[in-house]
Amino acid sequence: MATTKKKTTNTIKLKFDTDWTYAPAPESKSAATIDKQYDLFIDGKWQKPTSKKYFDTINPATEEKLSEVADANEADVNKAVTAARNAYDKTWKKIPAKERAKYIFRIARIVQEKSRELAVIETLNGGKPIRESRDFDIPTAANHFFYYAGWADKLEYAFPNRKSQPLGVAGQIIPWNFPLLMAAWKIAPALATGNTVVLKPAETTPLTALKLAEIIQEADLPPGVVNIITGAGTTGAALVNHPGVDKIAFTGSTEVGKIIQRATAGTNKKLTLELGGKAANIIFEDAPIDQAVEGVINGIFFNQGHVCCAGSRLYVQESIAKEVIKKLKDRIETLLVGDPMDKNTDIGAINSKQQLQTIQKYLAIGKKEGAEIFQSSCPIPKKGFYCPPTLFTNVAQSNRIVQEEIFGPVLSILTFRTDDEVIEKANNTPYGLSAGVWTDKGSKVFNMTKRMRAGVVWANTFNKFDPTSPFGGYKESGFGREGGLHGLEGYLKF
Amino acid sequence: MEKRLEVLKTYKIYIGGQFPRTESGRFYAAKNAAGQQLANVCLSSRKDFRNAVVAARGAFGGWSGRAAFNRSQILYRIGEMLETRKAQFIDELVQQDLTVAQATTEVNLAIDRLIYYAGWCDKFQQVFSAVNPVASSHFNFSVQEPTGVVAIIAPQNTSLLGLVSVMAPAIASGNTCVILASEQKPLCAVTFAEVLNSSDVPGGVINILTGKISELAKWFAEHMDVNAVVYCEKDAANKNMFREKAAVNLKRVHFYDNVNWTADEGQSPYFITDLTEVKTTWHPVENIAGAGGGY
Repeated sequence: MATTKKKTTNTIKLKFDTDWTYAPAPESKSAATIDKQYDLFIDGKWQKPTSKKYFDTINPATEEKLSEVADANEADVNKAVTAARNAYDKTWKKIPAKERAKYIFRIARIVQEKSRELAVIETLNGGKPIRESRDFDIPTAANHFFYYAGWADKLEYAFPNRKSQPLGVAGQIIPWNFPLLMAAWKIAPALATGNTVVLKPAETTPLTALKLAEIIQEADLPPGVVNIITGAGTTGAALVNHPGVDKIAFTGSTEVGKIIQRATAGTNKKLTLELGGKAANIIFEDAPIDQAVEGVINGIFFNQGHVCCAGSRLYVQESIAKEVIKKLKDRIETLLVGDPMDKNTDIGAINSKQQLQTIQKYLAIGKKEGAEIFQSSCPIPKKGFYCPPTLFTNVAQSNRIVQEEIFGPVLSILTFRTDDEVIEKANNTPYGLSAGVWTDKGSKVFNMTKRMRAGVVWANTFNKFDPTSPFGGYKESGFGREGGLHGLEGYLKF
Repeated sequence: MEKRLEVLKTYKIYIGGQFPRTESGRFYAAKNAAGQQLANVCLSSRKDFRNAVVAARGAFGGWSGRAAFNRSQILYRIGEMLETRKAQFIDELVQQDLTVAQATTEVNLAIDRLIYYAGWCDKFQQVFSAVNPVASSHFNFSVQEPTGVVAIIAPQNTSLLGLVSVMAPAIASGNTCVILASEQKPLCAVTFAEVLNSSDVPGGVINILTGKISELAKWFAEHMDVNAVVYCEKDAANKNMFREKAAVNLKRVHFYDNVNWTADEGQSPYFITDLTEVKTTWHPVENIAGAGGGY
């Protein structure tokens, strides 16, 4: 276009390195007690693994060893499932619903009481900024227990004219991005509906789940109602394949989700899968731009982008693209990357070396495909796993960085002109977990929420979670919902 | 050793988070079945009731504006506080003619009832609200909201459980209330106010008076700033009076005169929805772009 007048924007580039310097504000580790070694929590007791094997769990921010945890083999999984079955038959299913509720309320309260310790351990073991574990992960986990506790004696109101029954033993496998919160998402509804549980936390982040086991002991739950076993993929596979399990709830990659669906075919195991995503975050030209920019930043850089519903594809209406991209770049420069234990840190450590390699692989792919890369110039700690916040512009819809889930702080920016175009592009993905829409026009919001093929649509906000609000995907992002009234259904038969 | 003289508690009323005596300066004697006097109790006046309504109205905006989750935490907290003061309530109930076993059952039920309604605070809207599929291009939804200030005459035959059973569902949705305690068994109501006062319940959300139904009922029914009344006795004359006088400002009138508060029927989410209004919101939905359905 032959416009001679250069469009100016109001943004002033904030120079945090000169105008603002942050003194270090490290959280103390003293609030947390981590044992040297953890056994398996089976039947209310800490039991040595039959495998006799332990593996190290580290702090991804420093690569230092924090503890070692047991590696559960098939025999251990069998012990855990047997304990859960016995607990179900002999105690849990006979306990009146309102008493069941009170056990779960107790867990919620103790999580609240120990919030500081849990937040510190979550950050040490997972690499997420302490601000996020303290203000989001731990309180939301406690609230989740609190919310589902109340459902235990009210199930007849949730499913009118149907008589619900628990399934029995639930096998639950959770990811490393929100370790304690995912444990709460799984355990709370399972217990509220009267099931017993065998939970396997992720290989890289077992510690808060093991702390939760201590809390469950302290809450005096009958032995075997919740069993927590640690291990890697083979442990998970043994749990999925165990014939004594009535339900599998899995959160993780779409690839593994498909394996689990195949593995449970021909069994009566009920299945819920919460898998990958590649959310479209759409900014229309009438949107409040500064709010939208903040929302996009939060949408992709929250928890280092290790979020299955992260807004990793940004669609900006062409007329405002230049302004938005400039503001995003300016904003990224102000993000503090580094020590997760520092209360000022915005972006902490990548969860594992393996995940860092995956992200770096995609950065190389993006560049090779011809996209333009922009990364924050912030300094990165020498030790530990870190990735600066990254933008890709000049990206095509067909590029791999647009189609595939990266699970890191990497945003691909695309533009659009019409509603039709952006709806087509946003929905053009095998995933369907979440989407975001930014516009000042309410009627456009509801038009878009109707047309997005995704399980959660955020309008003028992003990455919001609440125990009352169901979460889960369309298409290859999985099936079943967690949270809210709808989250009960996956743990009941009628 | 000299015998120690017991310090007796002054049973006061509870208005706006404070424990005043009745402005009237009057009292009546609470007695047990044998006619033994248990305490001098405030004989609340019309003016006390009006003060309590002012306090309840003042607290309504804040309480109803809180997150449901927060109300849920506070109801649970009341339960926690009651649990820790169980012995005192059992003692008072025994003074008011229950056996220790009966008293223990009543207190346990009252605690569990609070926990039950704590659970409902952030769930009843999920069960009873609706998204309405209107034919025009609008997003249309209906949710329950609290009615406002509720004036409650607590069940007369129990000292604690009846009061808790009518109070908890009223405040669960965000209403504030003025409750007249059981006339013959008022002790636990006053002690329960002390529990409320240490349970993070904002002042004015629950106001508790002691006194006579015969004197106060008509003011409950007539007050122009009360939105609903709850009456739990079978007295036909009173019921007629409530129906008639409530019409002055279209108060919602609820009679729970056939409920066994000790049974399962003594608790249900319908006690919550009785004291709510349904609000429906319409919002236009733009209907452009044909894409989106194909995936």
